[in-house]
Amino acid sequence: MKPIEVQSLKKTYGTVQALNGVSFEVEPGTIFGLIGPDGAGKTSLIRILATLLKPTEGEARIMGLDVVKDYKAIRHQIGYMPGRFSLYPDLSVEENLRLFARLYGTDPKANRGLVEEIYSQIEPFKHRRAGALSGGMKQKLALSCALIHRPKVLLLDEPTTGVDVVSRQELWDLLGKLRQEGITLLVSTPYMDEAARCDRVALIQEGQFLRIGTPSEIVKTFDKPLFEVETLNLYGALLALRSWPHTDSVFPFGETLHFTDSRSVPDPEGVAQYLQKELQAEVTVRKAEPNIEDVFMRFMGQPTAPV
Amino acid sequence: MSAISSQSLTRKFGDFTAVDNLTLEVAKGEIFGFLGANGSGKTTAIRMFCGLLAPTSGSAIVAGIDVAKQPDAVKTRIGYMSQRFSLYEDLTVKENLAFYGGVYGLNRKEIKDRSNELLDRLGFKAQENTLIQSLPLGWRQKLAFSAALLHRPEIVFLDEPTGGVDPITRRQFWELIYETAATGVTVLVTTHYMDEAEYCTRVSIMVNGRMEALGSSRELKQQYGVDNMDALFFQIARPGGTFTHA
Repeated sequence: MKPIEVQSLKKTYGTVQALNGVSFEVEPGTIFGLIGPDGAGKTSLIRILATLLKPTEGEARIMGLDVVKDYKAIRHQIGYMPGRFSLYPDLSVEENLRLFARLYGTDPKANRGLVEEIYSQIEPFKHRRAGALSGGMKQKLALSCALIHRPKVLLLDEPTTGVDVVSRQELWDLLGKLRQEGITLLVSTPYMDEAARCDRVALIQEGQFLRIGTPSEIVKTFDKPLFEVETLNLYGALLALRSWPHTDSVFPFGETLHFTDSRSVPDPEGVAQYLQKELQAEVTVRKAEPNIEDVFMRFMGQPTAPV
Repeated sequence: MSAISSQSLTRKFGDFTAVDNLTLEVAKGEIFGFLGANGSGKTTAIRMFCGLLAPTSGSAIVAGIDVAKQPDAVKTRIGYMSQRFSLYEDLTVKENLAFYGGVYGLNRKEIKDRSNELLDRLGFKAQENTLIQSLPLGWRQKLAFSAALLHRPEIVFLDEPTGGVDPITRRQFWELIYETAATGVTVLVTTHYMDEAEYCTRVSIMVNGRMEALGSSRELKQQYGVDNMDALFFQIARPGGTFTHA
């Protein structure tokens, strides 16, 4: 038995197909990342696993328990942090934590060890109303409340959306520590670079998985040599490459462009010469390693067969 | 003349200083990346630039107008779009454009002509009677951006315009920003995607209400001896301050 097992899961709302057949398993004590844009089906999937939504077809199990038949038993095994702030804004920080502990029939002190590091950062504000906390502190309180009953599986729906890169890194450090405690985590995110913090990830779009595997396995599925183009006139280079017959794909990537050649044998020197002539500027073209975002863009609209 | 020119702009809430002596010049046609951690004062500064919040002290001239003296006049010269709020979901594409045009004081003919021109340019003509809620997110964002430009503002403020969209749509959106800036419109944009900071003419990084860094991404990386914007952000917007002040 795996902590999370999902088989051919489908969810429809009227005519909208939110999940179109996804299957995966999560190993104990690992982080599984669900990576994709808004509207891809991430929240539907997490809410089904949190027993808050019934699947239209297929099966899902948490700790061997069925999300439909055994929903009551599952709720003691999981912690769930929804995308939107879910606490009671009129209760204080401390009251929220005590309330969640009581609802789960536990004593806040009993599991203090697990939440200690996170809670200690907001403890100076324990008498403040939760509604008056800053975004970062709200998030830490929500995480503390989701952990108070020492769940075996933690489900986090977009915990880093709209959060700056520094706070994002801090949160991922915390999640890494929970994994060390043996907790199994499922985390959804629209930020492709966060794949690197997960043991395994699924790239999800329009209710289907584009790719699933470890981040390095996924990156290996990129099926063409990738090059990066560096020049001062990046926008000019982008437009010039778009109208070039040998261009297979070209995308801006920060201070460079990522480029694949449509020819069977790519010619990076030829690319540099063409651009130098077009732009009258210095251009460097070199081999690059694809990342998760390259893979996502390459396979958008080409899901693996529904299973 | 600068599109935005602020002198020691300051806003306090009680004894908390949200924006602290912000002095900034943004040139016409510039794509200006307004960066900072959550709670660093970006939103408060933008609200002052837009005439929605009075400064406690200091001044800001936006599109030639003093925001403290004529806050309502500023609003007609600027456009605003955020990821959280943009279009009315239960109105059609055409109705949303008519609504925005009306709010900004365009007459019926102007609304009709500019809506048609815009829908042709975006290739949305066939969807003009579609409800916003049934459009894909990427389309909605392009449309929201265009609606914010319908009254031909001199400056457009984009507050995390690309949050949550897929990576291809995100890049297409930046091309729209480029095309818009090329027509002379000034763009001030906030984002949590550090690669997008590279697409800006210049960026500033706010920390605890103060502007700690200002320059092109190339200049700033060189100045701080880092090779990417992520590293730069980490160095300037240090952890620790983020949660207590966010």
